[in-house]
Amino acid sequence: MAKKPDARPNVSKEDLLKYYREMLLIRRFEEKAGQLYGMGLIGGFCHLYIGQEAVVVGLEAASKDGDKRVTSYRDHGHMLACGMDAKGVMAELTGRIGGYSKGKGGSMHMFSKEKHFYGGHGIVGAQVPLGAGLAFADKYLGNDNVTFTYFGDGAANQGQVYETYNMAELWSLPVIFVIENNQYAMGTSVNRSTKSTTLFGRGLAYGIPGEQVDGMDVLAVKAAGEKAVAHCRAGNGPYILEMMTYRYRGHSMSDPAKYRTREEVEKIKTEKDCIEHVRDLLTQGGLASDEELKAIDKEIKAIVNESAEFAKDSPEPPTAELWTDIYA
Amino acid sequence: MATEVLMPALSPTMEEGTLAKWLVKEGDTVKSGQIIAEIETDKATMEFEAVDEGTVGKILVAEGTAGVKVNTPIAVLVEDGETVSDAPKPATVAVAAAAAEVPATVAAAPVPAVPAPQPAEVRGWPHTDLPEGPTKTMTVREALREAMAEEMRADPTVFLMGEEVGEYQGAYKISQGLLDEFGARRVVDTPITEMGFAGIGVGASWGGLKPIVEFMTFNFSMQAIDHIINSAAKTLYMSGGQMGSPMVFRGPNGAAARVGAQHSQDFAAWYAAIPGLKVCMPYSAADAKGLLKTAIRDPNPVVFLENEILYGRSFEVPVDGDFTIPFGKASILRPGTDVTLVSFGIGCAHALAAAEELAKEGISAEVINLRTLRPIDYDTVLASVMKTNRCVTVEEGFPVGSIGDHLASTIMQRAFDYLDAPVVTCTGKDVPMPYAANLEKFALITPAEVVTAVKSVCYR
Repeated sequence: MAKKPDARPNVSKEDLLKYYREMLLIRRFEEKAGQLYGMGLIGGFCHLYIGQEAVVVGLEAASKDGDKRVTSYRDHGHMLACGMDAKGVMAELTGRIGGYSKGKGGSMHMFSKEKHFYGGHGIVGAQVPLGAGLAFADKYLGNDNVTFTYFGDGAANQGQVYETYNMAELWSLPVIFVIENNQYAMGTSVNRSTKSTTLFGRGLAYGIPGEQVDGMDVLAVKAAGEKAVAHCRAGNGPYILEMMTYRYRGHSMSDPAKYRTREEVEKIKTEKDCIEHVRDLLTQGGLASDEELKAIDKEIKAIVNESAEFAKDSPEPPTAELWTDIYA
Repeated sequence: MATEVLMPALSPTMEEGTLAKWLVKEGDTVKSGQIIAEIETDKATMEFEAVDEGTVGKILVAEGTAGVKVNTPIAVLVEDGETVSDAPKPATVAVAAAAAEVPATVAAAPVPAVPAPQPAEVRGWPHTDLPEGPTKTMTVREALREAMAEEMRADPTVFLMGEEVGEYQGAYKISQGLLDEFGARRVVDTPITEMGFAGIGVGASWGGLKPIVEFMTFNFSMQAIDHIINSAAKTLYMSGGQMGSPMVFRGPNGAAARVGAQHSQDFAAWYAAIPGLKVCMPYSAADAKGLLKTAIRDPNPVVFLENEILYGRSFEVPVDGDFTIPFGKASILRPGTDVTLVSFGIGCAHALAAAEELAKEGISAEVINLRTLRPIDYDTVLASVMKTNRCVTVEEGFPVGSIGDHLASTIMQRAFDYLDAPVVTCTGKDVPMPYAANLEKFALITPAEVVTAVKSVCYR
């Protein structure tokens, strides 16, 4: 696993509670999405983010207004972390007019121009040059925004990732490549797909610095994110963060995950869970009482239930929507 | 024995060039491999090396001469003691025949190469599709360049990216001079990495810019087609109308000459099949300029399919800097009454040539230039077919799932009662493009085939 950072960044109670709340929202939201999928309210492919919550929450903590993000189809967590409304996300999952894409995108294709979330992409690896293109625009326009371009260990074997590395470094684009290494590309483990398993190291061939980060530790993620962001904003070009993380559920709802043992999953859940980690920091450090945390749990549960009710009640898009939004 | 030095072909589509400069003079000794002249093609100025050794006996074509046909003798090399009179007389007839053989597309597309600007009527086909007002003669290449330059001057978010667009001045010289005017920030040379830079272009369009992504040819767009279709064309819909991809993918499409199967394919029907894309395929320089300006201003992703053989051809273009051509509006290149020929891009040249032949036999063909393939101007096509009652489509692409197939089906569904004959589709042959000159000629659509098709639908 990833190395621990040398020193803990100073962190306030408020910040810890914020991370706890945000990670918990993603987890409860995803659990609810899984439930709605089981009830037939969500169709098609649905990829849950459970286990990986610290990655997006930590990196969002390192971002500023105007920064952009783009990812693959395992995208619900990214949307919630950047401040998109749980109701709009859940209603998109149920294919309703109240969804971010009016029900026309679905779980894998969702966007929020307002929150600078540029998808939600169904094609593995395609979001990598797209993210670099967003960074290209920022550099062209002369602002100091950065783009977080997320992709998985599976996408890391796509050729276009390296085409993008080459151009991003050549043109010093302000893009942070975030490899969410959850160790399985669908059913194929990293070890079964490559002999070069230290994925961030591949950027060195293009001159891009990077590092491996404990992606289960939100504080380590935030610290690494801040370092990468500083590098980018200073005009030094791209940076790679390889987040060592783990997804608890199958690749999608229809994946029985027979390619790994139950023991392996349980071990991570017990020893590395990102939410338990922050809960421990809060309670053992005497920063928050059980009551305070219970109140947060309750508050999150209410948000998620409300989003599910909204997603059930929001009507399906009217038939006329079939023919809109094809051309601007 | 004296040897003739012939005007060389320095690119697959070169038919003629300018003898820019002689680096030797009569009486000079020349070694094999020595650079003896500079020759300007429509793309570049090239150095020309001597193959044979000898003394320059006579320079036959003076420097500065434009429009020198490929294979024309330009100088005579003599051996020691020889004089020029020993040299064989330049066999003009033989040279002309050889010249006609060299670029196969000359035979396939019998549009005369235009050495110098000529009035439209001299070219034989009156163009009826230009608005009122003064015009100037320019090549398709110049028209494309001018369209980009004007739009880049007008909108600072428009930029050009692609392979060799900047310092090299464009592989086909479309972007010549743009780097000098707009700088490296807006004329961006990319590595050879189509998928990567197409994706970066799409991302930049989401980030507030209006990219023009040049593919050196559309054959290479196959490396990038996922971004054209899945990333650019579908995002507006998938985002529920929140964000789209205002950008242009452009470059030469279709067969050039003698470049074989992987470099000679017309992708018109492929891209025209995709909702969310707009697709242009200009024929004339006016089309090129008017449509490209519209494409750059359009808030949607536009696939702009040019043609290398047309780049060097000259047409009249309105002088008006605001001249644009709306999408979805076909033009009638030649009015007629007996049959409707529907085409686009270089197919229009074949259709016009066929119409000229047919006129000699008393058949009046109306030639429609679709100009955009998405949207398609069905109204103009249907109105014409309802008048002529016969239709032949002309395109360079493969026959299966062609634009012609789609038009035939549309005409059948919407104008069945007006048809006096089945719609016939003239297309390229259902084969990968061969290299051999004779086979390539057979693979491409020809005016003769169009003439035959028209006669069949006219029952003549």
